[in-house]
Amino acid sequence: MTTLIKNATIVNFNETKKANILIESEMIADITTDEPKTDTIIDANGKLVMPGLIDMHVHFRDPGLEYKDDINSGSESAVAGGVTTCLPMANTNPINDNAVITRDMIAKAKARGLIDLLPIGAITKSMDGNKVVEMGDMINAGAVAFSDDGLPVASSDVMRYALEYSKHFGSFVINHSQDCSLCHGGHMNEGRVSAILGIKGMPREQEEIMVSRDLLLAKLTGGHIHIAHVSSEWSLKLIKQARDEGINVTCEVTPHHFTYTEDELMNYDTNFKMSPPLRTKSDVTAVREAIANGLVDVIVTDHAPHHDDEKFIEFDKAPFGILGLQTLIPLTLNLVRDGLISYEKMVELTSTNAAKMLNLKDKGVIAKGMLADLVIVDPDMEYVYDKNLNKSKSSNSPLIGKTLKGAAVKTIKSGKVVFDFPNVVA
Amino acid sequence: MSYTKKDLITTSNLTKDEIYHFLNLAKEFKALNNSDVKKAKSLYGKTTVNAFFENSTRTRTSFEIAAKRLGADAINFSSSQSSTKKGETLIDTINNIVAMKTDIVVVRHYSSGAAKFVAANTDAHVVNAGDGLNEHPSQALLDLFTILEHRGNLENLTVAIIGDIFHSRVARSNIYAMQTLGIKVKLFGPPMMLTGMEAFGCRICKSMQEALEDTDVIIMLRIQLERQDDEVTFPSVREYSNFFGLTRAKMKFAKDDVMILHPGPINRGVEINSDVADDPRYTHILNQVENGVAVRMAILHTLISNKQG
Ligand SMILES: [Zn+2]
Repeated sequence: MTTLIKNATIVNFNETKKANILIESEMIADITTDEPKTDTIIDANGKLVMPGLIDMHVHFRDPGLEYKDDINSGSESAVAGGVTTCLPMANTNPINDNAVITRDMIAKAKARGLIDLLPIGAITKSMDGNKVVEMGDMINAGAVAFSDDGLPVASSDVMRYALEYSKHFGSFVINHSQDCSLCHGGHMNEGRVSAILGIKGMPREQEEIMVSRDLLLAKLTGGHIHIAHVSSEWSLKLIKQARDEGINVTCEVTPHHFTYTEDELMNYDTNFKMSPPLRTKSDVTAVREAIANGLVDVIVTDHAPHHDDEKFIEFDKAPFGILGLQTLIPLTLNLVRDGLISYEKMVELTSTNAAKMLNLKDKGVIAKGMLADLVIVDPDMEYVYDKNLNKSKSSNSPLIGKTLKGAAVKTIKSGKVVFDFPNVVA
Repeated sequence: MSYTKKDLITTSNLTKDEIYHFLNLAKEFKALNNSDVKKAKSLYGKTTVNAFFENSTRTRTSFEIAAKRLGADAINFSSSQSSTKKGETLIDTINNIVAMKTDIVVVRHYSSGAAKFVAANTDAHVVNAGDGLNEHPSQALLDLFTILEHRGNLENLTVAIIGDIFHSRVARSNIYAMQTLGIKVKLFGPPMMLTGMEAFGCRICKSMQEALEDTDVIIMLRIQLERQDDEVTFPSVREYSNFFGLTRAKMKFAKDDVMILHPGPINRGVEINSDVADDPRYTHILNQVENGVAVRMAILHTLISNKQG
């Protein structure tokens, strides 16, 4: 099976060029100006071709909470968003804290065959914060990193051990940074809007305190700490300082944290309720600057499906989290439109850096010999993100029903077309 | 100018005219309540339901009497936090109530935003009788009515709201309505009860003296002694009353003709001492209770008039 993507504007992290991409079975066989005869031809004229996106932070709710989403619907959402590799978090039911579950998750994704699923194992057994999981065993089963995401690891001692142990296996730890002793059951950012709404808030310092602790533990151990969904200005300052001092730290941000402020909550819309919460203008500005100046390593979605009934409820009862996979491209393209980053930088943030961090040698770049994981992007297409396009079982996105600009019009995984935007010819 | 919205959820979107509409109407109803035949007919044949998901005998009784004086069938429904935890959602509960041909639902709920959520998802008229920490519009209107009645006008006023501002729905509704009327509002309380309060654009006072000086009306808020479970509030009742409570000694900073309001019930000796609370020169707390019925009649009457177009 051979495919030629012709007239492609290929965007890599380091260059953009016009060429044809020759795909033979799973691999990119050549980048060429020739037009060799192939079984299939895709004309990508006027479109951008990027390496398949890698989302290092998703929740597929499988096993255990499949009514929200499962690995199949999650995979469909992913490829509809141009994402060909997903790292699902461990807060499933049962929790992914052992090799058996890790293997099951991978097998289920393979059977569906749309994406590569690289599970993130829990840091601690049952995510109870006490005993570190069998990291070596889980890595052998296919786990790529460790996180109790959703719950912070409160004990400094356990976190230290996790950093040391994961380092031994060449892996890393992702912490959901939150000092819960400063929570008081908060539901949103503490500040102007929470005061007006009469909703208990979570101060940004709650995140910043935990970020500083983890940076210090990374200093102590030499382990690699990856800070999940950074949302505050001071967290970024702390990360910058630590990195300048040579501490092994990487970080991620989400589209919602570089797009929205807490002002969106003025109507108690539960689709803007997430953790960490939407913060202030100065935080959003800081996140955007950190993306532009290279402090941020990756953009992730924190795709967090919740059943419609769970969000159609009083604000303080609703769970945290929103969908993200199918809005990743349009929201990230806004950064390009705003002149903050280039297309090349967008590719670096959504694919290349993640591939490097995860040591995926055949992904993240469009080049001869790489896996043919590709997304064809129309940056200018306008469309309504409606329930027909939405592939998740849930619809907890504030963007449902809104007009978006820019989309994956065709997604190719290991040489196979796995998604076509409805009624668009690419 | 009368009020034409379907619901009354917040004072933040009330115009000056709308506020005076309620106050003027309340005055008429108060006269009725003081006559021999305490009965009007505007809600005759209508059903109101007091849907209370949080206990409040006072507010519920006040709404119940208001509805009955207007001729409505007033039904009380109460559901504690624990019983709604058993499964039925708030909207299901409300839809069940509305399905029984209810015209007005008066909602008291422990979640901020709950009344707005209910109003957006039902056809019945919804009155917010207190939602979480957010708002309590009828209380603000009755406070204003009490001030207006006593002073004759609401011009050039300075009001101090003192106590647990963050957790007070009374404070929020009063601040919005008072600012719309051009009333200056000062806030004072322990710092942990003032978190984020700069948001309202009121003057934040540093001492009881600053709060009381040149103030026409003092609204003392109720300290929630029962709510010590989930958070740090203040170190002790003794210290609270020393620094943030209203005592006879501190009244020397206040104007001679100052009015004192309190949403009740009072914690005597905590936020307010009996020697002040019971001093007829200052206190209007029982007036507030009486006026509450008239104001709530004005609200129910207005919403039903809207329906009839
Ligand atoms: Zn998280």
